Amino acid sequence: MTGRRALLVASAAAAAALAAAVPSLGLPQYYISLLTQTWIFGIAAMSLDLLVGFTGLVSFAQAAFFGTSAYMIAVLATQYHLVAFWPALGIALGTTAALAALFGLLALRGEGVTFIIITLALNEIVWGLAYQWVSVSGGDNGIAGFIRPPVFGLDLSGTAAFYRFTLAALLVCLALLAAIVRSPFGLVLRGVRDRPRRMAALGYAVQAFRYAAFVIAAVFTGVAGVLFAYYNEFVGPVNLSLDTAVQVLIMVILGGVGTLLGPLAGAAVVVFVSNALSNLTQRWELILGAIYVAILLFARDGLVGIGHRVMRVLGAAARGAGPAARPVMSPPPGGRGEP
Amino acid sequence: MTSVPRLAVRDLTVRFGSLVALDHVSLAVARGERRGIIGPNGAGKSTLFNAIAGEVAPSAGGVVLDGRDITRLPPHRRASLGMARTFQTTMLCPRLTVLENVILSLAALRPVRRQFLVPLGRYRGLRDEAQSLLGEVGLDGKAAWPVRMLGHGEQRQVEILLALAQRPAVLLLDEPTAGLAVEDAARVTAMLRERSRDATIVLIEHDMEFVFDVVERITVLHYGRIVAEGTPEEIRAHETVREIYLGATL
Repeated sequence: MTGRRALLVASAAAAAALAAAVPSLGLPQYYISLLTQTWIFGIAAMSLDLLVGFTGLVSFAQAAFFGTSAYMIAVLATQYHLVAFWPALGIALGTTAALAALFGLLALRGEGVTFIIITLALNEIVWGLAYQWVSVSGGDNGIAGFIRPPVFGLDLSGTAAFYRFTLAALLVCLALLAAIVRSPFGLVLRGVRDRPRRMAALGYAVQAFRYAAFVIAAVFTGVAGVLFAYYNEFVGPVNLSLDTAVQVLIMVILGGVGTLLGPLAGAAVVVFVSNALSNLTQRWELILGAIYVAILLFARDGLVGIGHRVMRVLGAAARGAGPAARPVMSPPPGGRGEP
Repeated sequence: MTSVPRLAVRDLTVRFGSLVALDHVSLAVARGERRGIIGPNGAGKSTLFNAIAGEVAPSAGGVVLDGRDITRLPPHRRASLGMARTFQTTMLCPRLTVLENVILSLAALRPVRRQFLVPLGRYRGLRDEAQSLLGEVGLDGKAAWPVRMLGHGEQRQVEILLALAQRPAVLLLDEPTAGLAVEDAARVTAMLRERSRDATIVLIEHDMEFVFDVVERITVLHYGRIVAEGTPEEIRAHETVREIYLGATL
């Protein structure tokens, strides 16, 4: 067990080191930009996974939180001349948290499909506001005219520097989210996901836990929004559109619900495939849709599920070859579907 | 009439539309008493149970725990006042392990439930406590199994263990042996006998033998009303009850 864990930590560190070295490998800037986008949307997808995969809440309001913090950065910089990174980040995330605190109260009045519909409607309200409140948001034109501020004295204007910065942000968010998921609080969320009635009978204030998860996920999504505003040095209504909400949800489902790292992989696939396809054909969305449907039909547990299956086949092959089979001490080999 | 009953139901009426599921039901369960509630299907047993647990809001009347009116309290607040329940159809978190299910029961009423950022594994005491509870019912070997891989009888045991783990003042049992094979039912009965000595128990059961064995007093519901109440012997001999259960061996 400890050996496995050490292996896990080592491979995670190796992956992070490799990712950090990417800009020095001589890759075209285009790919570095795509990876930067992957890290940004990876944060958004992982935080949505906290809701979908660990709490059992499917929210379409994530774009509202993503876009709100992105717009806050732009508005603060262009209209209030507040460009310093940390204060701007604090205000953007604070606003997002406040919005989530309000939206959570409204959305959690419904369960299941009702919850989904309310989050969808709330997202549309925020989108409509950005689209029509031209004096603040610039309407359809969005807001440009702000640049990446230095952080800790580091100049982030270059592609490589900003790439490393988003990677660092991703790793911090991943560490925090992983800690939350593995904590007692995280276990309660999974209990709420599986059997809310049982959890209430045990003494858990189920709605309060859902609410907390909703706000936490919104704040992490806000981090992604801030990074995206700086990445583009532009914000527009598309940042808070339903398209964005759906895209992040697809990343989560594609990667594997309830796995944290899966949605990060899902983000990579969506970012790279949609860019590659849009270079090839005008009808790239059609092809992308077909790919999603195929993955969901043939691998309902997403990329992580495919990975598990490959590992299992390899493991079985290895066991067949050598006598030193791993002693089966606990659960019988999985493979049974969800109840 | 010296002491306040542990649990009292006062004039409880529950209507679903025009259907009266419970009609002015009153009962008082003394501290440490084991009370059985029986009645044919549709008598209102489950509704009464859910009203006591807080899942069904009564149309009139109330529920009193230790002299305190809890009629308006949600289920989780009742749990924090010492009420625990089991469900008729096993209600465990299927994707969590057996151990995690027990930990959730133990953590429910402790501040640790709000701890985030600190890994669960750091709380050794909680884990050991859950593990030893599982050991006492012979399930420690399967602690790391996802619950859904347990057999029906074992899930039932875990279901009851979750309620017992909280050392509740009032334990509500909804057909604890329903659908169990004879030996599994015996195991569950033994577990309840051994581990619930201080708890006040309210038990719904279809299995007559089981009720007469385990409880001290029985309340009989029929069409949402109490038709009889007394010791198992009295109920066995009761004229109306015999009529209701015509054909059943009492």
